[in-house]
Amino acid sequence: MKTYEEINRKIEAKKAVVLTAEEIIQYVEKKGLEQAADEVDVVTTATFGPMCSSGCFLNFGHSTPRIRITEAWLDDVLLYSGIAAVDAYLGATQLRHNDPANMDYPGTFKFGGGHVIEKLVAGEQVQLFALSYGTDDYPRRELRTYLTIHDLNQAIMVNPRNCYQNYNVAVNAGERPIYTYMGMLKPGLKNASYSSAGQLSPLLNDPYYETIGIGTAVWLAGARGHVYAEGTQFTSLCERGPNDVPMEGAGTLALTADMKKMKSHWVRGVSLVGYGVSLALGVGVPIPILNPHILKRTTVRDSEIFAPIIDYSEDYPQRTGKTLGRVSYAELKSGEITVQGKQVPTASLSSYAYALEIAELLKEEILRGEFLLSPPLERLPLGKSSKSLEIRGRNNS
Amino acid sequence: MTTTKRVLFYFPKSETEKPIVYQLVKDYDLMVNIFRAKVTPDEEGYLLLDITGKQPDIDRAYQWIRSLGVQIREDVKGMRWDRDKCTSCGACITQCPTGALHIPNRKTMKVEFNSENCIECMNCIPLCPFGACTSQF
Repeated sequence: MKTYEEINRKIEAKKAVVLTAEEIIQYVEKKGLEQAADEVDVVTTATFGPMCSSGCFLNFGHSTPRIRITEAWLDDVLLYSGIAAVDAYLGATQLRHNDPANMDYPGTFKFGGGHVIEKLVAGEQVQLFALSYGTDDYPRRELRTYLTIHDLNQAIMVNPRNCYQNYNVAVNAGERPIYTYMGMLKPGLKNASYSSAGQLSPLLNDPYYETIGIGTAVWLAGARGHVYAEGTQFTSLCERGPNDVPMEGAGTLALTADMKKMKSHWVRGVSLVGYGVSLALGVGVPIPILNPHILKRTTVRDSEIFAPIIDYSEDYPQRTGKTLGRVSYAELKSGEITVQGKQVPTASLSSYAYALEIAELLKEEILRGEFLLSPPLERLPLGKSSKSLEIRGRNNS
Repeated sequence: MTTTKRVLFYFPKSETEKPIVYQLVKDYDLMVNIFRAKVTPDEEGYLLLDITGKQPDIDRAYQWIRSLGVQIREDVKGMRWDRDKCTSCGACITQCPTGALHIPNRKTMKVEFNSENCIECMNCIPLCPFGACTSQF
């Protein structure tokens, strides 16, 4: 049994024992759970993949004369400006102005919000164009200028839904190619697309949110960030395996960190043919080994984590609730799965290779005494289900 | 002894009307396998192909092709894979028909590109979410 304070003191003294969620599997096998729980202080988990519900709050500072921005664009990508004078929110999936989208099907979606965020983090110059209606105290009605992230007062990433605990395996049982956020799916079950780091993924190593909660310190694209809330669509009440690991989407995390401290290598604009734009992000979450039970959770391996196979030609868009079976991440990572008796090649949209690198980087930061853990201020909600949206007429009562 | 060469014939806005491929086969006894071609009248164009034959025949064919004002570039790769832009997500793996884009080690899951196996189908270009695959022409 250890406390957060004891672990943090060891980290500060550069004496903490830290392993990645991949390394810990063999380690516990060799040492046994009890001894390993005594020795190991932290297990690092990580993931890298498209996380559409990402974006950032920006503050531009005031021009002379002042403008109360009502509409604004960075590199022709619309910002949300319905907040205070020179604040704005830039969302990852916002298309560029005049993008033909799917009018020329399938659209290519070369550039959008995610790409602007990548440019900002890389320190590249972007164009700000802003409009207003003019007031007595904010008389300017238009401006065009060029800026980098260094010119901004704040650039704070605020991502309402990151780090899906688990995810669907997408296939296409239909008769024509389909273009989805899981990539292009060939008709007749010719390929399958998945998106999780499996045994390395943060919430798969802490299935009941015993250490990852509101206030937990995370590594977000190289910056120190935090979990600020449960993620949107957080659904802890879900089907779980005998190891308590969800067998479907389940939990999510709302994350925030200072974008000025991020590295662009881990912040990448994404173009999904026929679907749209997004942002791929690297996230690392340290798990404190407070006791053998928590350690046991982190030894979960790909062969013990299962994902549902969903037909994105019909069952996903129409929400039929039908699945075509379940497969483990060990099978998915082998490159081929069996669906309805058919051999189907697999590909991932999240990068296990990058997740491994991030788990190593976070481990090194902790070993150098540079990343302290923070105990959660509040546990993520258990027993939480998700509501659907009913399409109904107006209630006249 | 025959050899196979990946070669690019580049037509700098020339007006060659000769059926080049036909003559490579008929007069120089070469096997040709065209990967990509763009030949438009009054514009520059290219022909990217594998040619297989005896070295002396290949040499003679090159001489003739150069005499037409066509430039020859060997070891040209039309497809480019940018290692820095690739995040090794693997989205391309099931879209590449020849396994040129592949994951050699299923433990580290890193994506690699073997240009020898690339047939320039260009499937990967729009499908890479990170723009790692591009064509140089």
